[in-house]
Amino acid sequence: MFPFSFEWVWDISHLVFMGGLWYALSIIGAGMTYCVIKSLIDTAADEPGEGGHGHH
Amino acid sequence: MTTPAIPEGVKRCSTRQFTLWLAVVGAVLLWGVYAMFLIWYKGLNQTGMNDAYGFALWIWADLAVIALGGGAFFSGFLTYIIGKKELKSIINYAVIIGFICYSSALLILALDIGQPLRGWFIFWHANVHSMLTEVAFCLSCYFAVLTIEFIPLVLENPKLDRIPFLHHLSHNMHEVMAVFAATGVFLSFFHQGSLGGVAGVLYGRPFAFREGLLIWPWTFFLFTWSAAAVGPCFTMLVTWLTEKITQKKLVRPEAFELLAKISGWMLLTYMIAKIADTWYWAAVTAPARGFSLMEFYSNNPIYGIWILIAELVICGIVPALILITPKWRENKNLLVTAAILAVLGVCINRWVMVLQVMAAPLLPFQDWYMYMPTWQEVATTILPVAYGAILISLAYRYLPVFPHEKELNPGQ
Amino acid sequence: MAQQPQHTKTKRYGMVIDLDKCTGCGACMVACYAENNVPFRQDDSDKMRSLNWIRVMKVDNGKAFPDTEVCYIPMPCMQCDGQHMQGHSPCVSVCPAVATDYDYPTGIVSQIYTRCFGCRYCMAACPYHARKFNWWDPKWPADMEKYLNPDVSARMRGVVEKCSFCYHRYQKARDKAYVEGRDELHEDEYQTACTQACPTNAITFGDLYNPEHAVHSLSRSKNAFRLLERLNTNPKVYYLSSKSWVRRVADNYLEGENPEQVAKARKAAATH
Repeated sequence: MFPFSFEWVWDISHLVFMGGLWYALSIIGAGMTYCVIKSLIDTAADEPGEGGHGHH
Repeated sequence: MTTPAIPEGVKRCSTRQFTLWLAVVGAVLLWGVYAMFLIWYKGLNQTGMNDAYGFALWIWADLAVIALGGGAFFSGFLTYIIGKKELKSIINYAVIIGFICYSSALLILALDIGQPLRGWFIFWHANVHSMLTEVAFCLSCYFAVLTIEFIPLVLENPKLDRIPFLHHLSHNMHEVMAVFAATGVFLSFFHQGSLGGVAGVLYGRPFAFREGLLIWPWTFFLFTWSAAAVGPCFTMLVTWLTEKITQKKLVRPEAFELLAKISGWMLLTYMIAKIADTWYWAAVTAPARGFSLMEFYSNNPIYGIWILIAELVICGIVPALILITPKWRENKNLLVTAAILAVLGVCINRWVMVLQVMAAPLLPFQDWYMYMPTWQEVATTILPVAYGAILISLAYRYLPVFPHEKELNPGQ
Repeated sequence: MAQQPQHTKTKRYGMVIDLDKCTGCGACMVACYAENNVPFRQDDSDKMRSLNWIRVMKVDNGKAFPDTEVCYIPMPCMQCDGQHMQGHSPCVSVCPAVATDYDYPTGIVSQIYTRCFGCRYCMAACPYHARKFNWWDPKWPADMEKYLNPDVSARMRGVVEKCSFCYHRYQKARDKAYVEGRDELHEDEYQTACTQACPTNAITFGDLYNPEHAVHSLSRSKNAFRLLERLNTNPKVYYLSSKSWVRRVADNYLEGENPEQVAKARKAAATH
């Protein structure tokens, strides 16, 4: 899974397979990080004391 | 003023009735949980498996629920990427059903390994050439995607929605859902395929082995295709069942109509490919290894040629024809019959590609290997059904699963 | 994947079993149990769950008395070279956690018990049913534990095990040769337990690549064949039999097919 585990080989199979995996994980990770940070900013931008009823 | 836990404007049964229902399903669940602990504590000797049946009921259940859970990725693909707005009516439910199917599959996999505490080896010491490695990676990643797709719906529960951060989180996740859905489609394509590859690459097993394209046997593509075709059928079936139990209309007819039509054409094209594959295997692949077609379907108590006919014709061509014919699919009874047949068909296919592969003898002096699951295996296979029923009940009661429920049931 | 050490030439260890000589006595099985610490249960009557690294199959020609003929086929792990002879054995390529590996210097297929997590995909892949699962934790009668072979690790519940061609004996022989400043092993320095136990010398073991080893010429004799050759698994266990019906039950043939012709066609295809 990682280049430092001893069965790792820098060959085309590992690059394609693990490339695909880390690509997918990066998108999922980046997407969720964006959502959480944006929500924190949005929450902070809400007027204080309102109870936070947003609208769609 | 306290916010009610039940979404606004919809009617749900009394707490008493709901608790009673949960208790009944919960009893079945506990039975499964007991069997599960027996298996973890005492080991796989609690099953009916043996050295000829390394794969048995559980792997079938795994393959079947993942195929049926394929409704989530395919509906997601149609809704978020192709932009079929009609499916908004059903997409939430498709995601929940997918979530149940995939979490069940992961649970069954955790049961099915001899050393469950070493399960992480499949990731850490991954053999990138093994189809099972690909299954494990894509399955876990896609389960993460399904969870992400499910979270915003959970956050829409009236009580949770009052918390400002969660309210924003739900909103922001909705905004970028297409990105997650696209990732999910990418992952699904590969794990549905690699599940097909699991059997297809077994060149020591002529019943399973298939030629293919580059490193992928034909079963790789057939499994993805069939999951995309039959997954939506299962979503429709569960939705129909939910409508019957709740005695309400929950999904707009257009959603059913569109899903049935797409499912029908997918199923028909899949069946053409599947029949071509079966023909090539029976005429070329197996004979090159000294096997004639009928050897795989005779001299044993169960696997006759009927199973091939049931899979390809009765549960394949027939439902496909019903679903592609507008007049027939408009008839709810015919539509449901077609969906049941299609679901059965894909379950037979997964059964055959797991159990019959193990059963068929390889050396001429061997007999067919037969297998009978123990109650522990049966209970742990029913466990996900009970778990699914509970999760669906909770979701239906506390979350706005069906966006058009209010409009479809004006009197309530 | 294993790297080939510079100082040794590639070997292809294999076995030739003469079925005309095998009496089905089972001494090979007993020797294997003792050598490799293969556990057994008090009631081991369920043969679909009993562990054995080599098992003796009994086959007959299907004819009624007095024309009945019986043949015993000892079956260890076939140590397949796989399609294209490149170590792509049916089991090695499917193991998700690299718990089974093809050793290029010797051609032996290993099983790493502490790496295996018991998914049993290798068992599903092996057409010879050479792989066995530990359905229970091993338990030996109290005093018997003292007789366990210290060179072979005992296996735990929930993992797959199989014949290793007594690889620990290879390691020992190689260590000895190294100390003595030799690169090559003599034929008799590395022999499997079953080979040595066979009272009729039906089993021969050695390097199939080495013309000085008996297996080299035996595996090339006209009576030599392998089990399920048509699956392209390329096993390194060869069998000898002078009887054509034995040859016929060793593989699958369509009606009208003749084993000799099929073998000839295979060889012709392989040389092209």
